[in-house]
This record gives sequence, structure tokens and C-alpha cells, in this order.
Amino acid sequence: MWDYSEKVKEHFFSPRNSGVLDEANGVGDVGSISCGDALRLMLKVDPESERITDARFQTFGCGSAIASSSALTEIVKGKTLDEALKVTNQDIADYLDGLPPEKMHCSVMGREALHAAIANYRGEVWKDDHEEGALVCKCFAIDAVLIEETIRANNLSTVEQITNYTKAGGSCATCHEGIEEILTKVAGERCTAPVVEAKPALVNGKPKLTNYQRMRKIEEVIEEIRPQLQRDHGDIEIVEVEGRNIYVKLQGACHGCMMEQATLGGIQSKLVEALNEMVRVLPVSQHKPTGH
Amino acid sequence: MKPIYFDNNATTACDPGVVEAMLPFFTEQFGNASSMHSFGNKVGQALKEARARVQELLGAEHDSEIVFTSCGTESNSAAIYSALKAQPERNAIITTVVEHPAILSVCDQLEKEGVTIHRLKVDKRGRLDLDAYKALLSPRIALVTSMWANNESGTIFPIEQMAGMAHEAGVMFHTDAVQAVGKVPIDLKNSTIGMLSLSGHKLHAPKGIGVLYLRRGLRFRPFLRGGHQERGRRAGTENSASIVGLGVACAQAKEHMAFENTEVKRLRDKLEVGILAQVPRAFATGDTANRLPNTASIAFEFVEGEAILLLLNKQGIAASSGSACTSGSLEPSHVMRAMGIPYTAAHGTIRFSLSRYNTEAEVDRVIAAVPPIIAQLRKISPYWGEKGPSEQPETDFAPQYA
Repeated sequence: MWDYSEKVKEHFFSPRNSGVLDEANGVGDVGSISCGDALRLMLKVDPESERITDARFQTFGCGSAIASSSALTEIVKGKTLDEALKVTNQDIADYLDGLPPEKMHCSVMGREALHAAIANYRGEVWKDDHEEGALVCKCFAIDAVLIEETIRANNLSTVEQITNYTKAGGSCATCHEGIEEILTKVAGERCTAPVVEAKPALVNGKPKLTNYQRMRKIEEVIEEIRPQLQRDHGDIEIVEVEGRNIYVKLQGACHGCMMEQATLGGIQSKLVEALNEMVRVLPVSQHKPTGH
Repeated sequence: MKPIYFDNNATTACDPGVVEAMLPFFTEQFGNASSMHSFGNKVGQALKEARARVQELLGAEHDSEIVFTSCGTESNSAAIYSALKAQPERNAIITTVVEHPAILSVCDQLEKEGVTIHRLKVDKRGRLDLDAYKALLSPRIALVTSMWANNESGTIFPIEQMAGMAHEAGVMFHTDAVQAVGKVPIDLKNSTIGMLSLSGHKLHAPKGIGVLYLRRGLRFRPFLRGGHQERGRRAGTENSASIVGLGVACAQAKEHMAFENTEVKRLRDKLEVGILAQVPRAFATGDTANRLPNTASIAFEFVEGEAILLLLNKQGIAASSGSACTSGSLEPSHVMRAMGIPYTAAHGTIRFSLSRYNTEAEVDRVIAAVPPIIAQLRKISPYWGEKGPSEQPETDFAPQYA
């Protein structure tokens, strides 16, 4: 059973302003049937004063969705459109004496319906900028999409950093496994950058390179790749070239990354193409090649 | 008004006879069954008797095939992990898309660890395609694990037949039978089922007690190692009070099996017919011709399940829903979705699950209570409104997706 406040229950059992508003001149339809929430907000706006004189709703949804819709209509009635646009989802939740974290999206849906209805009145197109993922941190109502975006935007690599940026995982700590899974997923995406598509390994007919040209070429290819790795907080360094074996050292984020093999594979195919010969790119993290 | 409990697939009330039988094991019969003295001896005797009663209900050939665990979930995990550990050369599992999370989550995790998971689909009535199943059976499969009866729709799978097919292919077979035990006749000695999970609290025994049936001779690796309890197959001091309670509950279940399939079934049918006769745009989900006798799963289109439950609860009626909101996830029930039930109906699915303690008067009260609740919610639904149901719900109301 959800821990609904008395105010939520009261607005659910006796919703205010439910039903169709025939004289509506601003209508906002938002929600997602897959998530089980959908709301139509109907506003009657006085064109002179741009004041909302009446508001009604129709909602398909759970108890808190219906209560949030009811609260929303009560909040916006009498407000000008500009005042109404300042209403946040937290205002809706506060009006109801709070919502359980799993149910905060009901208040978000309310705010979106309001923006959509006002855009509709003004003849504008409203665009939803909010994507919702599975709820990860139940203490602070943080979903997977927000965590993923924060990791990407700030190059985060630990649960602790994510807690500092989003609060997720900062209270009961039971969602740390879920956060670690998201970290692994995003890290996997990062290190795929240098992987190139398979191309013919050898192009015949090119003149054979001199030893000096060959070394220069290897260096050029590595220099070309470095910025991509550095963008992912990694780096690469050539340690030694022994015949067909090119020993490199991966550093930073790339070192030990689960995509290390894929990264090396990508570099190898670039080198094969540039040198017009079969070479192997090998990491030296554990076994440094002995000198000549 | 006395509350009405129609949520017996979630859990059941402990039978008073079960509680009475358990009480001495909290007080004078506190001994450890493993001890040499008389304190332990009496407990040991009681466990033996309980084991025989479970054996009897399941139709198992030997009492040593009954392993007491802490719950159905533990039994399920023990079965799956054992099958993989005992047959390291096999690295795949066949299961179904409609399993309980106690199976699905384990399989999801194993998949991440490199095990191949085949999930059998169901048709719109919740039935399996046995040809597809047969095609998957191979020497790579470590285990087939399939529920006997679905907890949400009540749909019964042809488990004995499936176990036979697995047996022919030389594949181990496990069934999660927590919803079926006590409602469906089970005769393990005349089947080829290798392992079966049972949960006490689904049949009027207390919570915290389960059973893993383990066919004699089946290769097994314990989930919990430690002492020699349960012949070394499940370590940990026996939960003697609960085991005794489960024994009594199993004896009662055997006694009431016929009643469940006649009287409880009659009440369930009356409830379902009574509601569907009054509420338009509602339908029963699952394989209605072949399901548990106590379960009615009704989808009410264009309204949301949690809202229905809250209004039912206000009238003292307890049921459950497959809606996303009741689970805290963003998706409605995986069982309803697997049957291809549209979102507009899947969110409005209500499960009424009865027991032998429910009465005709309760059924009548629920039949009277449901239609006004659905009407009240539909009145404020954008898919329904004042004018009646939307003929093209996808186009009449097409919200911008958040």
C-alpha cells in the first residue's frame, strides 16, 4: 500500500473539477498509456486578461495521478498564464502534502499538461523535454535516464560521484547495484569510439615503406586516435615496435575498461590499413616486452 | 463492515488449526531436532510427521524427497543454481515469459553471467506453444523451469506433459507450483517432474516456510551448505514450528481439494459472471477453460487498476492489480503484456483470488460494489468521459508521450 497523505486520498476520493469543460480554449493532452498515466487538462482563458477562469481535467491513472490532476486545476484557477507557467511539479506535490517518490512523475505529468494547454491556447507547439526511465533511487526519486545523462555529461565513474551529482544512492544505499550496472553500460559505450568498420585488410600494389616511414606512419595513426581516447579520459602511448608486434600502453579510463580489447582491435585495423601489412597491437600493461 | 479478502494468490490467512499445532513448538517443544536428548527427539518426530503429510499431498514416492526451505523463492533459486552447478557442461535454461519474478530475476541475472535463457512465449489466452518448446530441448539445456499455474491469470500449464517431453530429451525439469499446490491434483510418483517448489503461505500455512521436492537420484548441489539438516541438501536449523504448521496445512489442503474445485470454483464463476454481466468493456484474462478454480482476472478497459483497488479498499474489499502503479515500476504486468492485452486494458486488470474461507455473501457484496466503481472512474477517464467508451482510443485521445 502506498503511503499517501490524507490530502492525496481526499483529492482522489473527491476530485475537484473533473469532467469535460465545454468552453475550453486551451487543451493539453499528455501522458503515456504504457506507463498507465494520461491526462487531459482543459482551460478556459479570458483573452483580455489572459487569466485562467476555469479548469477541468480527465485522467486515466492511479490515485496520485487523479489527485495531482485535481490539485493542478485548483492551483491554476484564477492565475494569469504567466503566473501559471511558474507552477512547478513540486508545487503540485506540496499542495498535496507530498507524494511518494515512485509517484512524483504524476506531478510532473500535471506540470506538462499545464504547459501543453497554455501552448495550445497560444497556438504554439509544445514539446516534451522530459524522458523518464525506470526508478532507480527510491529515496530521492531518481530515474535511470537522469543517472545516465549525468554520467555522460560529467564523465562520472563511481557510485559516490553519482550520489554527489544526483543524490541517487545517497540514503539507504540499496540501489548501488543498479547504479553500478548503469555505470558499466555507459562505460561500455564510451570506449567503443575508436572501433572502425571492417575494411579490406590489405590493399595490394602500394610500395613497401622504409623502416623510418613505417615508424612515422605508426606514430601518425596513433596521434590521430589519441584525441578520441582523451575525450573519454583515456590515452595511448607506443612503447615498442618489434617486427609485426606493436606494443602500446593504454592509460586512464581506457585501461582495464571492458572495451579495451575492442579499442585495441580498432587501432589495429587502422594500422593495418595505413601500413598495408599485417600487424598486431598488444597491450603492455602486464607484460612489458624485454629489450633487444 | 467485515473486510473481504479476495487476494489469496498473494497470501492466505493461517488456518486456526495450523496455528494451534504450531504453538507448542514456540514454548515447550523448543528443542533442536538434531539433539540427542528428549527435547530434540520429540521435535524430530513432529518433523517426520509433517514431512509425511507434505509427501502425501504431493504424491511423492519417498519422504526423503521433501526438502524444507525458507520459502518458494529459495526453492526456485536452489533448483536453478543446482541444475547449472551439477551439469557444468550444460549452459542454457528454458523458462516462460510469464514466470514469477522469483524465476525471471534469477534468469535475467544468469543471462548477464553468460547463461543462455530461452523464454517461451504465450498466446493471447496465456497458453504455451509446445512445438516451440520441443524444438528448444537439447543436450545444451541444463533445466526447464516452468510454473504450474500462473499467479495472475490462474492459467494452468500442461506440466506433466512438459516434464515428459523434457525427460525424453534427457533434460532436467523443475516446476514452480506455489499457486497450484492444494488446488490442482499432483501425483509426483507417476510423473517425471524432477523438482517442484511449494510455498507454505499460499495454502494457509505461515510465511517463511517452503519445500523443494527433489526426485530421488536427481543430481543436486545444495544452495545452502552447513549442517547435515535435510540430509545435507539444505543446511540450517529446521524451522520446526512452521514445518509442523505446513504439515497440518497440507493435510487440510488434501482434504479440501475437492471443495476448492467445486464450491470455491462456483463462487469464483458467480463473481466473474456477475461482474461481467454488469460492466461493459471488461473481459476475463487467461485460459478461462483451464485455470485455477479460485482465480478471476478481469481487465476493465480505460481505467487504471490502482485507482480501482483504492476505491475497493475503501469499501473493505481486498484484491490486486497488474497495473504499473501498484508495482512501482513503469510497466504494467508482464503477464498481461505477454498475452498481448493492450495497455488501455492491462493497466485496469484486477485479480480476485478466493479461498475456502470466502462466502457467497462476500461474492454478492463484491458483485454489487465493482460496477459503480468502474463507472465512477470511467467518468473522469479521457478515454471514456460522459459519452461512453472511445471507439478509437488511440486517435480520440492521443497524448504527447512523456
